[in-house]
Amino acid sequence: MPVDESLSTFSDWSYGSAVAVYLLAMIFLLVEQAFGRTARAAAAGRTARAAALVGAGAGGSSVVQADQTDQSDQSDQDRPRITPGVVSTPQRSRPERFGRMGAALIVLGALLHLGSIVLRGFAAGRAPWGNMYEYMSVVCFVAVGTWLALMRKFPIRRLSAFTLLPVVVLMFIGGTALYTTAAPVQPSLQSYWLVVHVSAAASGSGVLLVPGVASLLYLARKANERDPGRFVKLAARLPEADLLDRLAYRTTIIAFPVYTFGIFCGAIWAESAWGRFWGWDPKEIVAFVAWVVYAAYLHARATAGWRGNRAAWINVVGFAMTVFNLFFVNLVTTGLHSYAGV
Amino acid sequence: MSTDQSTRPSAQHSPSRFGALLAFLRNTWRGLTAMRTALTLLFLLALGAMPGALLPQRSLNSAKTDQYIADHGWWGRLLDRLQFYDVYSSVWFSAIYILLFTSLIGCLLPRTVEYARQLRAKPVLTPRNLARLPHHRQSTVDASADAVLTAARTRLRGWRVAEHTEEDGARSISAERGFLRETGNLVFHFGLLGILVAFALGGIYKYEGHVIVLANGGENSEFCNSGVANYDYFVPGLSVDGTQLSPFCVKVNGFTAQYLPTGQPTSYQADIQYQAGADLSTGTWRPYDLRVNSPLRTAGDRVYLLSHGYAPRFTVTYPDGTQRSNVIQWEQADPITLLSSGATKFDPPDTPDPEQRRKSQLAITGLFAPTAVYDGTVLSSSFPELRDPAVAVDIYRGDLGSDSGRGQSIYSIDQSMVDSGRLQKVARKNLALGEEITLDDGTRVRFDNVEQWVSLQVSHDPTQNWVLVFAVLMLLGLVTSLVVKRRRIWVRVTPAGGSGGSGRTVVEVGGLARTDQAGYGEEFTKVADELLRAARAGRES
Repeated sequence: MPVDESLSTFSDWSYGSAVAVYLLAMIFLLVEQAFGRTARAAAAGRTARAAALVGAGAGGSSVVQADQTDQSDQSDQDRPRITPGVVSTPQRSRPERFGRMGAALIVLGALLHLGSIVLRGFAAGRAPWGNMYEYMSVVCFVAVGTWLALMRKFPIRRLSAFTLLPVVVLMFIGGTALYTTAAPVQPSLQSYWLVVHVSAAASGSGVLLVPGVASLLYLARKANERDPGRFVKLAARLPEADLLDRLAYRTTIIAFPVYTFGIFCGAIWAESAWGRFWGWDPKEIVAFVAWVVYAAYLHARATAGWRGNRAAWINVVGFAMTVFNLFFVNLVTTGLHSYAGV
Repeated sequence: MSTDQSTRPSAQHSPSRFGALLAFLRNTWRGLTAMRTALTLLFLLALGAMPGALLPQRSLNSAKTDQYIADHGWWGRLLDRLQFYDVYSSVWFSAIYILLFTSLIGCLLPRTVEYARQLRAKPVLTPRNLARLPHHRQSTVDASADAVLTAARTRLRGWRVAEHTEEDGARSISAERGFLRETGNLVFHFGLLGILVAFALGGIYKYEGHVIVLANGGENSEFCNSGVANYDYFVPGLSVDGTQLSPFCVKVNGFTAQYLPTGQPTSYQADIQYQAGADLSTGTWRPYDLRVNSPLRTAGDRVYLLSHGYAPRFTVTYPDGTQRSNVIQWEQADPITLLSSGATKFDPPDTPDPEQRRKSQLAITGLFAPTAVYDGTVLSSSFPELRDPAVAVDIYRGDLGSDSGRGQSIYSIDQSMVDSGRLQKVARKNLALGEEITLDDGTRVRFDNVEQWVSLQVSHDPTQNWVLVFAVLMLLGLVTSLVVKRRRIWVRVTPAGGSGGSGRTVVEVGGLARTDQAGYGEEFTKVADELLRAARAGRES
């Protein structure tokens, strides 16, 4: 199938604009993060109420606390809140207005991003995730999409810059060093499993970016709680550690089955393309390692003595594995997935 | 087992050997099945798997492994002794996963028993003080206790319910739901065990072989899965001795590759025929269009199109006029442009005397380019398709060493024969299609034409369908266990004190999520609202 050059060019422009808009959004959101009320002050009322409930709580475990925060979120509807969408204070502070503009810009950037992916697909006449540049673009899009969905549910808008940072870095590397012109794919990639396996793997990895970031922030917050001298500026403006933990857990349990499905589909595809469903190819190994690490995270979070900091560290290691799998395995080692790198 | 020694655990006072051993075993088992240990083992598994991605592995590429060892001196040899080039069959990796496997079983068995017990158990009694629960609602309604309870029973349909009457006359319903979570959890873990077992059995019964055949429908284009000797390369499972291969034959009639102008391939297709089962005795051939993502599945085996390349045909005309023609595959030297290298070897015709034969064997070695480009006289290839084929050959005459009993590569000549002077280079030339070269003794070597070869892989793994079944179970179990929440709800109704018989009732609702799942708050609020609304509505009925 011939490649449509003009569509491909439009896709590239759209991609570039998306990165620029994300960058702009980051600046706006950093303004909010830097000059807005500290999260601590904003959440003071809520925390007081939650603390009272914790005192009365039966188990006192993090489970119970998590539920309470949920509940207090709801019973708090009459208070001024910083969640987007709920308009309760007629007068918004300037940083807050910046934050809302930033959020709008993320939506705009995501639309441009989606446009670039769709155009790429039409230009090449196949699923738009046939090489590393395209794959990374999809991963980043899923990450941004997940973040936007979470922003509707959790008061995390001001943290957006932390999620956008890896997205922008990945997209910059993808768009420059790893850029590939639109073209049909190799015979071994010509299969409907390209659609299923790669989209599942990209979705899983994309969603997993969010808990990676949330866990890092959780660790910063916890470090500050233990020793107020550490991460003074950052931690004061972060939400409750509980919220970050909940964010990481909820996104991980969405991503984990998707990621598992991606690996299984990869095995089925490998059976029909390479003659065996599992052959300890470098990509398979690191995917397996990352899977084991996330499985460990889910177990750790349910084990006394492991939840909290250790679980957060495991999640960070899991995300590091995903990134390692993307860059090191595609570009450095020689395996059956190597062609995806060029 | 009956011994006169104490087998009771409380062997501390009389530390008999047997008791100590039992205690040791029990503690080991407890330690092994603890979640802490399982977590540590999971990490060890992840850590232990990593070297396989970082170091060359013998099972994937033994030449590269040997090169790596040679390049890294004592360090390379040390890693070799520690089995770092065979990670997935190494003692330490096996130790980790067997321990994990045991730990998993030790964790699953009690959980399954507990699960079976809980399936029959009734929801727990209503706590005395519902206000202490994380979720709580209270309201006084104008309805009798009976009416409230009836409405609650209706609302809690689908929950597992138990009713109690308490000492002070209050009545309550305890309800629980979400047992599917544990079902999913157990299915997931048993699925995982199933995969591990099936995978291990696969290692015993599977086999895999590679063979190169010409893609011209001629005599060297047929392959039969009748014995290990028919393969160029064969990897048997632990119990495979090659005597019980599933019989089938494959014949390759043609091969087509398509490329983009950049040289990137877009399609490989081999036109094959095969026979299996009854067809073997009747001699029926069935056609099949073999492509990269669509292997031939027959007789429990799968045949894959793995790779392809070129086989130049040379004809040697000896001084006495006899002709010998030979075509043999040359291997890819550059996978992009398919520049290939190889050695086509000839025995002199009608020379039964080995002494004489060893003086005049011929070998044509060098490079083949499907689309020739020259840098001066140096040949290289600019495109993988057969557009302007040419060879750059060195011709050797003498003793090829094929009688020495030592195996040699079909792609090269034995360099030691050249070094010892028994094999001498007699000509070097670039030849286009149809061109020939005349040697000093009058022998002429002509580059006739080019055939294509394909490399086929035959795989056999009787357990892979089981792996798939377990994988599907595992995924279903995983999703169930992550989506379903185990939660409890209690309703307590107390006739409003004082004016007994006024028909007013205090309704209390309490909720608790049993599992590590946030988000129960929303559901609880909804259910509690409906319960209280139903209670109020119950007044009219």
